[in-house]
Amino acid sequence: MIYRECGVFKTSYAADMALYRAPLAKFAVAAVAVFCAVIVPLGTNDHLLSLANLVGIAVVGAIGLNILTGFTGQISIGHGAFMAVGGYTAAILSARYGMPFWVGLIAGGALAAVVGAGFGMPSLRIKGLYLAIATLAAQFIIEWAINHITWISGGVQSTIYVPRPTLGGVPLNSELRKYYMILAVAAAGYVFAMNLVRSRVGRAFMAIRDRDVAAEIIGVNIFAYKLLAFAISSFYAGVAGALFTYYLEIANYEQFTITVSVQYLAMIIIGGLGSVLGSVFGAIFITLLPIVLRWVVEGIWGLFAPPTSAMLDVLANLRLIVFGGLVIFFLILEPDGLYRLWRHVKDYFRVWPFAY
Amino acid sequence: MNPRWCDVFRALTPLMAVGMTLATLAAAATKEPIVLGGECDRTGPTQLVGPNICHGVLDYINLVNKKGGVLGHPLKYLEIEHGYEVPRAVEAYETLKGQGAVAMLDYGTPIVYALTPRHMADKIPGITPGFGRADSADGKRFPYIFPLAASYWSQAAAALKFVLDEWQKTGKPPKDLKLAYIFYDNPAGREPLPTLERLAKLEGFQLRTFAVPPPGLEMSAAALDIARRYRADWVIAHLFGRSPSVSIKELNKVGYPLNRVISLVWGAAEVDIDAAGWDIAQGYLGMQFAGVGQDFPVIQEIIKMYQEEGQPPPEPLQKVSVYYNRGVFNAALMVEAVRLALEKFGQPITGEKVRQGFESIKDFTLGGLVPPMAVTEEDHEGGGWVRIYQVQDRKWVPATDWFTGYREVVWELVKEAAAKGE
Repeated sequence: MIYRECGVFKTSYAADMALYRAPLAKFAVAAVAVFCAVIVPLGTNDHLLSLANLVGIAVVGAIGLNILTGFTGQISIGHGAFMAVGGYTAAILSARYGMPFWVGLIAGGALAAVVGAGFGMPSLRIKGLYLAIATLAAQFIIEWAINHITWISGGVQSTIYVPRPTLGGVPLNSELRKYYMILAVAAAGYVFAMNLVRSRVGRAFMAIRDRDVAAEIIGVNIFAYKLLAFAISSFYAGVAGALFTYYLEIANYEQFTITVSVQYLAMIIIGGLGSVLGSVFGAIFITLLPIVLRWVVEGIWGLFAPPTSAMLDVLANLRLIVFGGLVIFFLILEPDGLYRLWRHVKDYFRVWPFAY
Repeated sequence: MNPRWCDVFRALTPLMAVGMTLATLAAAATKEPIVLGGECDRTGPTQLVGPNICHGVLDYINLVNKKGGVLGHPLKYLEIEHGYEVPRAVEAYETLKGQGAVAMLDYGTPIVYALTPRHMADKIPGITPGFGRADSADGKRFPYIFPLAASYWSQAAAALKFVLDEWQKTGKPPKDLKLAYIFYDNPAGREPLPTLERLAKLEGFQLRTFAVPPPGLEMSAAALDIARRYRADWVIAHLFGRSPSVSIKELNKVGYPLNRVISLVWGAAEVDIDAAGWDIAQGYLGMQFAGVGQDFPVIQEIIKMYQEEGQPPPEPLQKVSVYYNRGVFNAALMVEAVRLALEKFGQPITGEKVRQGFESIKDFTLGGLVPPMAVTEEDHEGGGWVRIYQVQDRKWVPATDWFTGYREVVWELVKEAAAKGE
């Protein structure tokens, strides 16, 4: 009764093809947009905005990985390395050639797409776990290359400082301005991904994921679409890496290690493989969970005793344990991810007050 | 009859009320606390080091508070653990900033790089003793970053001075010296390379570098090369984590004399020798930027503080004094800077005033735990003082006093980095 589909008549092709067709859906999306664009920036402080920025960057990266792993079924543990490619490209263009930040973003994404497609070529012959190891090799090779090729790394420390990004003469020097930059990129990435997965290309991806032999037989060009999936996913990763570089104003390869790749895999698995909204949920969950856990545990412990070193040790390790435990718990609760949990809620309200 | 809990609480409530009132009154009577922030890594790649250093920091702050704080102001130290991850470190920084920290202990080289622009923009001094970026010794370029202890460049230069001094005692010319530099293949490990290459050109000795790929456990080939093929006369080792103990064992296995091996500061702790074996590590040389052992007045005061509470001194103090003392070193310098800032400017205390406090630190040696460093506006490193210790008879024994080496060369490199830098 709340999510009413009947009585909604579409009178143009555009209305029929719209992403959100029901009036409640349109209203909800508008409310989320207002919340993100107006309420969050004005109502919170720098600290929470910095968290929102980190979440925004993770959202872009997670959507990219979900396109590759969730929609096309190609497991990739090299996501961190493709982010590093984008990050260093943007840093080199901005620091050495003085390019504005949006050129750095696009160029970072483009070069990461090329590199990703290159490392995606083994996917044409191997699948599943074997492909995972090939992409793991990509992670290490790119890390090594960035570290040892002085032209890329800018010296022994493999760190490049990026001048403050400016947009039309306005320097992005506060968390708020950076928040808008990241929000714009994340929103664009989200809309593109939502449209991609409903399109012909998206259906080809899903066909490859579900049964690639059958897809090949009915005429889907596996070669082209697998490479395209790697390219698009690496473009997102490159943009996320470039965003991270501009946000921190520094490019350092240790921000893009294998731990980061595994974290992104965790984001899409928890969020829901094969759904764009799920990537968003997963990104929020994995990025904010350690921080929220710290607040909760320190808050509870702080009621009992002032901090001692033993307590801080226990706290830090407890956080890791609880984090892993929560990940396992959510996966047992709903193996298909947080998106499935959200769908349960949505489906319930779709037929409410009836039971089915 | 067993007391019921509600009866117990009812009895205690008036006591609690009185207690809380007294506490608030007492709090109102003392002066405003000064907030210091610190980051630590208790669960990440350097989890063997982090808890010990952070324990030292906490204990020193407790000691200062027990003695009445800094000029009457109690110190509030907030530690946030970040597991060596940059996003968590950024969030930790923002939290500490929000809590009003006037100085911060950063932890981890990539974290220092990521937080440097923020420290400069928010004008909160961050200290990075023993790690971080070597060119942050330039106080003019990085007014709010304080290495406060020998950077990797200074450590390499000092190690080389020690080696060349020992070499000259044998009477042979420097150009006959064959030096091997074995290092962990990541940016921190590679950082001393420009210094060593510059000094090789200056002094004329032969240098060969041996990179150990992460995670730093495979170096038998490098050890063999150093000992048998290259036949190095001296080895400077820059390894961390679990690598130093592996390097001791490997070099011992190929028969290389360990009293010709000198390790930079992060490979010279008791835990490394514990893992390798105190008997085979006899003669191994390690560089330190803070004193080792319990023979310092401040360490004795901490032990007494624990004994007054009826507890034994903590394990890091006894077993891992290298890292524990470095924690005390970090905390002591932060507190000294705050004290100097308070003396000069009084309340209210801000990051800018603490920066000037840092820049006036001199003659602060804590009975030998801290070197005779002098921090100035130009030199945020304090002079790059180090001390060499040697493994003898199952403990670390001082082999030299505090010294520095090739300061002109190091500053040349710092100035070049500034000229090239962004």
